[in-house]
Amino acid sequence: MESGCRSDLHLPLSYEPHYGGIVVDFEDDIIWVRADPVVCVQQCFPKLRSGPKVGSQNIKSCHIMSKRKVQNAHLPIGECISQVHQTLRERFCHQRLPERPEGVEAQHKHLEELLRRTAVHGESNSVLIVGPRGAGKTTLLKCVLRELSKESEVQKNLLQVHLNGLLQTDDRIALKEITRQLHLENVVGDKVFGSFAENLAFLLDALKKGDRSSSRPVLFVLDEFDLFAHHKNQTLLYNLFDVSQSAQAPVAVVGLTCRLDVLELLEKRVKSRFSHRQIHLLSSLTFPQYVDRVRAHLSLPDDFPDRKFAQEWSASVKTLCEDKSAVEVLQRHFNSSKDFRSLHMLLTLCLSRVSVTKPAIRPADLLDASRLCLADTKASMLHGLSILELCLIIAMKHLNDVYGGEPFNLQMVHNEFKKFLQRKSSSMYNFEQPVIMKAFEHLQQLELIRPVEGSAAKTQREYQLMRLMLDHSQIMEALQKYPQCPTDVKQWAMSAFA
Amino acid sequence: MAGLLQQPGYEEERLQRMSELLPCREIQAGMLLSIMGQPEQYCYPSLFIFGHRSSGKSYVIDVLLKELELPHASVSCVECVSATLLFEKVLLSFFGVDAASLLPRSPSLSDFVRIYKQHSSQFPAKQTRYIIMEKAELLRDAEANLLPALLRLQELVEDNVTVILLSEIVWDTFRPNTGCFEPLLLHFPDYSKGELQQVLSRDRHPSYSAEFYSSYINILLGVFYSVCRDLRELRHLAALNFPKFCEPLEAGKVKETDTHKLWKNIEPHLKKAMQTVYLREVSSLQWEHMQQMEEQETGALRGLSAHTHVELPYYSKFLLIAAYLASYNPARTDKRFFLKHHGKIRKTNFLKKNEKTSNHLLGPKPFPLDRLLAIFYSVVDSRVAPTASIFSQISSLVTLQLLVQVSHSDQLDAPKYKCAVSLDFISAISRTVNFDIVKYLYDFL
Repeated sequence: MESGCRSDLHLPLSYEPHYGGIVVDFEDDIIWVRADPVVCVQQCFPKLRSGPKVGSQNIKSCHIMSKRKVQNAHLPIGECISQVHQTLRERFCHQRLPERPEGVEAQHKHLEELLRRTAVHGESNSVLIVGPRGAGKTTLLKCVLRELSKESEVQKNLLQVHLNGLLQTDDRIALKEITRQLHLENVVGDKVFGSFAENLAFLLDALKKGDRSSSRPVLFVLDEFDLFAHHKNQTLLYNLFDVSQSAQAPVAVVGLTCRLDVLELLEKRVKSRFSHRQIHLLSSLTFPQYVDRVRAHLSLPDDFPDRKFAQEWSASVKTLCEDKSAVEVLQRHFNSSKDFRSLHMLLTLCLSRVSVTKPAIRPADLLDASRLCLADTKASMLHGLSILELCLIIAMKHLNDVYGGEPFNLQMVHNEFKKFLQRKSSSMYNFEQPVIMKAFEHLQQLELIRPVEGSAAKTQREYQLMRLMLDHSQIMEALQKYPQCPTDVKQWAMSAFA
Repeated sequence: MAGLLQQPGYEEERLQRMSELLPCREIQAGMLLSIMGQPEQYCYPSLFIFGHRSSGKSYVIDVLLKELELPHASVSCVECVSATLLFEKVLLSFFGVDAASLLPRSPSLSDFVRIYKQHSSQFPAKQTRYIIMEKAELLRDAEANLLPALLRLQELVEDNVTVILLSEIVWDTFRPNTGCFEPLLLHFPDYSKGELQQVLSRDRHPSYSAEFYSSYINILLGVFYSVCRDLRELRHLAALNFPKFCEPLEAGKVKETDTHKLWKNIEPHLKKAMQTVYLREVSSLQWEHMQQMEEQETGALRGLSAHTHVELPYYSKFLLIAAYLASYNPARTDKRFFLKHHGKIRKTNFLKKNEKTSNHLLGPKPFPLDRLLAIFYSVVDSRVAPTASIFSQISSLVTLQLLVQVSHSDQLDAPKYKCAVSLDFISAISRTVNFDIVKYLYDFL
């Protein structure tokens, strides 16, 4: 069977014959298509129509496949692989929500309880979710919101406003965004009218008029909360917290931040209005749990079309997680960080190596991916320098050794380099000053050396003081790996005091 | 090496054609392609690609996206002086003119995301959209929230979009204080000598054989490789010097196979090219002219840096000489140099060279205006009145950037200066007024 058909589809998770049409189950909502099957396939998947191999055969196979899914048929290997890519890429790259957040049951319960009280009973609340980057703050909140939105009462009641500190950089923009997301009266289409003061008065009025029993509760989600604290006078935060403290329209303010000292950033009047409720997401993961998580993240969902392939895949994942070298790699990553994101990066790299000829992740792939993740980037840049530039770096290293890390200029470096050339008889590296300056400037461009003070215009180029941004060990390591490094240069670098 | 580029979801022949376009970069292209995945699948939200200048970063990406006809917007951060231009360009290449025209006068990131979301819900992505930012190091100087927002753009606009950052500088210097979404780092390694030879040999002259051109490249690399590994620069030099290499062949003096004679002919020429064309002393056009004119010796033309002679008024010359002496001599030696009856100074004490490093190594020192004038009166022979013209000459030397004012520019009393000319320049000046400057310099005593 040809693989062109299935791999072209968008988000096909499952489809079953239904009322003479198909049901395509997307992430959240279900789209019902009631039509003739052939027409509907063409509607849903316009790529099929435009593709070169369009024919009834293609569509027929698609249709047949949907029937065969019930009988648990085997798909060709190419399709299985592309299904695996589809599923896992959505998980790693798109941060698709898991069924349940892992390891944060207590926090999950706390937050859910809190938001439910706002949504159902009209209680005003404020809470901060604090945790390092990649600890799953947004995932936790989204999971809670997903569960709450399943309840019909909450769904028709709760209004949500999502703000991000990166996007709404000042209060004026944030206010417009709030007005837009709440669909208040001064919004026409997508545009908001009125000045900042008008907007604020309008919004506060709208919030004040409400009371606990009658008006709909509003949930404010402030992503990158610490950036909101840098706004002028913290007007937005003050007003939001003020509404949450007084008996006005019920609001819940949820802040997400990665700064532990975020309360110190708040002004006194803002701080006193905040409820001081914090949910900390600090990972208490042990290594066996980490390996379990790797396995869970690599596993395929239960509704994977080809049961047999899914079994093979999970067996291969299981052997991977038990393999000694793979465990070693994972341990190394665990020691450097425990967050989801760095794990996802590693697994994405592993996944990108899975292909039709290699339908499983092997320990060697994991090793390669880890090498790519943990590679020293500066050392790899040093690898590409020319001999002259490398010699200059060695001269700088010697200057650093002799003068205890004092800044240097080009003249000193050149002088040091000339000393090396004098000791050597051959004049292989006798370059003129301008050529050396060009190399020096290239090093500055790569930010391997950096000027001590910014006033570049005030001093001549050869007398500008610089600092080396490299470590002693980095230079020595790069020298070992350098292709066809001349022996005398190596010797020169080794000699402690030139 | 065709066949390394394999990825389902793309046409075979396109991949085949692409791998021919990317010599010595199949591994990187293949890796990039495997990370990008099939066109409709999600790619990692942000990629950071780093490598040396002209290691094929933007070329590979360009070929990949153009040949596979993926929706993309490529933006150079040099051009986009404000974020507005960046937003406009991205919206224009993804959604067309009407989206770009929706942007308000000075749009914030919030406006951009709003308009993007609005359009992407109308035209949902069938394929991953790519935003390529060249010279991404300039993003660090932009507004503080731009780089973190770009790195997590996929999450912010809820669309299948990937941002690719290209830079020469390592990722460590990009990371903001409070952290950000970490991109996937990819390194484009430098071309090895063999690879450079392979790439450079591709653009050979049609009227000569491949071996001939390749031997020429070999000689060229032998001269320049230890200094320059920039493919673009080498290619330029190769194109420029090739006619000279062929000259003996045209004249019928040697055969194509006689490599040694050809090498003898070209090597001094290339060495000269390193001092002239490589440093842009002589423009490429001038270099070509010089090659055509046989009688003119190469390098006889004075380059840019040879034009250091500046015509200055008599007193300005002495002011500059005085400034140079004040900058490079320590103040305690002034008495010895410039006073006629300076009394007894013990020679040993005066010449204490315990500070090993000379002043010509450390650079010029700042000096006050009084000292400059005192030295000026002692070196100039005639009696000079401290007129307004003398002081205006000092300030015009500052505007000519021969002197640099160190103290704050609005300080009227006791300003401090530094001399910003080289030793060659000042010796040339002092020769014109018959003044032996080396005799007065502490370093050369």
